Amino acid sequence: MRSRNRTSSGSTRDGWIDALRKIVGPDACLTSQAELYAYACDGLTLDPHQPEVVVLPQSTEEVAEVVRACRAAGRAFLPRGAGTGLSGGAHPLNDAVVISCARMNQILNLDPRDRLAIVQPGVVNADLSVAARSEGLFYAPDPSSQQACTIGGNVAENSGGPHTLKYGTTTNHILALELVLPDGSVVQLGSATGGATGYDLLGACVGSEGTTGIVTEITVRLEPLPEAVETLLVIFDGVPDACRLVGRIIRGGLVPAALEVVDRRTVEAVEASVYRAGLPQEAGAVLILELDGPACALPAQIEHIRALADEAGAQEIRVAADETERTRFWRARKGAFGAMGRLAPDLYVHDAVVPRGRLPEILEEICAIGDRYRLKLSNVFHAGDGNLHPNISFDRRDPDELERVIAAGREILEVCVAAGGVLTGEHGVGTEKRDYMGMLFGPDDLEAMKKLRATFDPEGVCNPGKIIPSTRACLESNPKARGYDRVPFT
Amino acid sequence: MASSKSDALANFPESLYEGTLDCVHCGLCLTHCPTYRVTGRESSSPRGRIYMMRGVAEGDLPFDQTIADELHLCLGCRACESACPSGVEYGSLLEAGRAAAAEAGLRPGVRHRLEGLALRHVLPAPRRLRAFTTFLDWAQRLKLDSWLTAVWPRGLRRAWSLLPPVPPRAARRPLPQFTPAEGPRRGCVALHEGCLMPELFGAVNRATVRVLSRNGYDVVVPQGQRCCGALLAHAGDLDSARSLARQNVKAFTSDASFDMVLSNSAGCGAALRETHHWLPEDGAALSSRVRDVCEWLDEVGLRAPLGHLPLRVAYDDPCHLVHAQQVAAAPRRLLEKIPGLELLQHRDAEACCGAAGTYGLLQPEMSAPILEAKIQSLAEVEPEVVATGNPGCLLQIRSGAEERDLPFRVLHPIELIDAAHHAAS
Ligand SMILES: Cc1cc2nc3c(=O)[nH]c(=O)nc-3n(C[C@H](O)[C@H](O)[C@H](O)COP(=O)(O)OP(=O)(O)OC[C@H]3O[C@@H](n4cnc5c(N)ncnc54)[C@H](O)[C@@H]3O)c2cc1C
Ligand code: SF4
Ligand code: SF4
Repeated sequence: MRSRNRTSSGSTRDGWIDALRKIVGPDACLTSQAELYAYACDGLTLDPHQPEVVVLPQSTEEVAEVVRACRAAGRAFLPRGAGTGLSGGAHPLNDAVVISCARMNQILNLDPRDRLAIVQPGVVNADLSVAARSEGLFYAPDPSSQQACTIGGNVAENSGGPHTLKYGTTTNHILALELVLPDGSVVQLGSATGGATGYDLLGACVGSEGTTGIVTEITVRLEPLPEAVETLLVIFDGVPDACRLVGRIIRGGLVPAALEVVDRRTVEAVEASVYRAGLPQEAGAVLILELDGPACALPAQIEHIRALADEAGAQEIRVAADETERTRFWRARKGAFGAMGRLAPDLYVHDAVVPRGRLPEILEEICAIGDRYRLKLSNVFHAGDGNLHPNISFDRRDPDELERVIAAGREILEVCVAAGGVLTGEHGVGTEKRDYMGMLFGPDDLEAMKKLRATFDPEGVCNPGKIIPSTRACLESNPKARGYDRVPFT
Repeated sequence: MASSKSDALANFPESLYEGTLDCVHCGLCLTHCPTYRVTGRESSSPRGRIYMMRGVAEGDLPFDQTIADELHLCLGCRACESACPSGVEYGSLLEAGRAAAAEAGLRPGVRHRLEGLALRHVLPAPRRLRAFTTFLDWAQRLKLDSWLTAVWPRGLRRAWSLLPPVPPRAARRPLPQFTPAEGPRRGCVALHEGCLMPELFGAVNRATVRVLSRNGYDVVVPQGQRCCGALLAHAGDLDSARSLARQNVKAFTSDASFDMVLSNSAGCGAALRETHHWLPEDGAALSSRVRDVCEWLDEVGLRAPLGHLPLRVAYDDPCHLVHAQQVAAAPRRLLEKIPGLELLQHRDAEACCGAAGTYGLLQPEMSAPILEAKIQSLAEVEPEVVATGNPGCLLQIRSGAEERDLPFRVLHPIELIDAAHHAAS
């Protein structure tokens, strides 16, 4: 933790902080050391950085004024949602001013006719779906952190969730954005009617991890609630069997709403927590499978799944009896990461995507890496998308263990990339994977990304230190990096 | 006022530090926290508070007034525990943190000091409490209060307005030490009557005894039982709380003739259930035998007939029942059994109402918007009765309803069951 000496009241005598205070009001400008400490990191507790000031603006105008004041003072800045990010995206590097969107939490318009909503960035993901429910609609991207994370953070990370399999990630649901650019000007990208004219600047901003500006208004697409939903637990002896069933289902052409695998260690942790749902603790793996659609179609699909599950060697299939049980299963799945926290003070949630067909062997390798480094590693993952989340429980106060955690993490990513996978499925690059970008991308690719970023933020003042590796890391980058597919003209 | 690193560590008991390590900083608790919802400040969130305490324990942060203030701004509602997958025992952390703040000489504001006086010297002393309620009774009868409070500061006026009309003396007479079961005897239970309950909610205590007896239980009210100490512990006075807990262990465990110790006040029940946190040696003997009265009745089943009560009822979860004791379904199941009673569903039933023990009196600025949200969600379903099983919540919701001139009554669920039994007989 880096912290500087301050006067005992925590305030500094610098005029620029007074300028910020004037814009947002004294109550929305935090400068005392303890308050700032609470903003030093997000869901990734490694390498925290305490900011010098946090502001909580309430409107686009206030955000724009804050950005201009930061520019005038020569300060970097970054947006923050709920701080549930898992790649250090909200860690304030380079003494950046934290612009928290927590008070910009209004749903401005919910339009059932056009099936869209206009929201401020601090609206909590789950709150939007709850509000839309009365109109028979829902917001599809459902990260496991949805009870806390914000739509602004989701846009920045292009977040996914269990239902990404059928409904796509955040980018498929964003129609338009209002963005305060790093120079303090305000632009609109995209349009509520959808459609695209010219370059897809909206697409470039979704998933840009707060490096292209601060999103201050978001127009999202809402989906109609399916007529019927069935949630099944398919219970297996081991994770490879569960993966095999996933492969067969997808090959058979059926697209379930969700296909999630939870391993034994995770089930044990969840069942010890407030999220317990009666998942079988003796099983080697549990596949949570959801089907949704017209009521008349589901019984046949369940039968189809039953047959495939038998073939794949499933021990048992349980169909959620009612909405209450369904909700319980999902709460258990979504509480899974945090429940692993019961095993040790810290948790490192990895995120990588691999070709679905190779899931079983890659998982085996990952577990072997965990064993080799003597780490408590568990797996819970979006099997349908091949999106893995190996979780490592550890204690950051133990320097030796910390070293092993980092080394194991790197090896896991190498295995995934070597198998044709990518570095992140939904948690972003942030600071965590910034210096691994060279595993996947060559200098040309990275240069192209830098240029794209510079189009929005030529001086690199908006969320500095994220995504693009430092020059040193660039030079060390892997010469064999796969990079974007460059098909030679023949 | 910042203390040095070593002082800070000395003020943080090891168990508190260990407790902070359970938090993996996932943030799932944030939106469940009323003070985070209102302020949007992470330092006013469970995760922020825990992280700050860890920071102090690790010597990263001085234990300063900001941290002490954040600990006092916390409602102690423990909604964060119900959201926490990692099993953080936030309630214990808060008590230890506040005690450490008191020890570090981080003095809370004047209101808190008045609270301390009242808590230490009035609540646990039945005679003084009785004298106070008698004074209150006279003041209210003589309408002293309206001109008296006119000159008081706003916070104190609000506090006064929360005080309920004192029930007539007859309702405040002590409970019989023994009430026999009606009909075939199913067992024997002991009742913890609470400190405020007999003075302000004697009717609820009487209804509780009637319902238990009608359902086949002998009810004993053991002598020597004391205030549960929860309010003291929440205020950081763990020593006084422990001494009360010791007396309660003695009062309730020396006699093995009853099956269970029941509480009809969520706050007291939660504290009694966690006696082992305060008294690791012998607390478990008491805590393992405590149940909430609705939970117990749901478990053993109502035997006496229930008459028709055509009422629209909204059940609102007391924090210390739903979050601290994880009891949510039992009271609803009981109410649903009453013929004619329509159980309504309002938004955020499990969210805090802002009463939180003495919080409504001490932090009126934070308590008011929290209460407002609660009253709004209740008003939307237009209930005739709001049922909730904790004295603080009963007072708080009543005062909120009065302020907005809403017509509903606020009752303890046991009063509805009692009324239904009565309707059947
Ligand atoms: C228990 C748990 C489960 C999770 N499950 C999933 C999951 O299933 N799927 C998934 O994809 N992720 C998951 N995550 C990761 C995380 O919740 C998501 O990345 C989420 O989108 C972050 O949102 P936030 O509001 O917390 O943003 P923060 O963590 O505050 O910020 C994340 C990034 O967004 C930027 N940002 C925030 N607000 C804005 C804005 N207004 N404009 C521009 N940039 C902004 C920040 O600068 C930062 O780079 C999980 C995290 C946890 C702790
Ligand atoms: S006890 Fe209530 S107010 Fe306090 S941190 Fe937990 S949720 Fe917030
Ligand atoms: S939910 Fe639990 S583990 Fe997660 S941040 Fe809150 S207290 Fe910590």
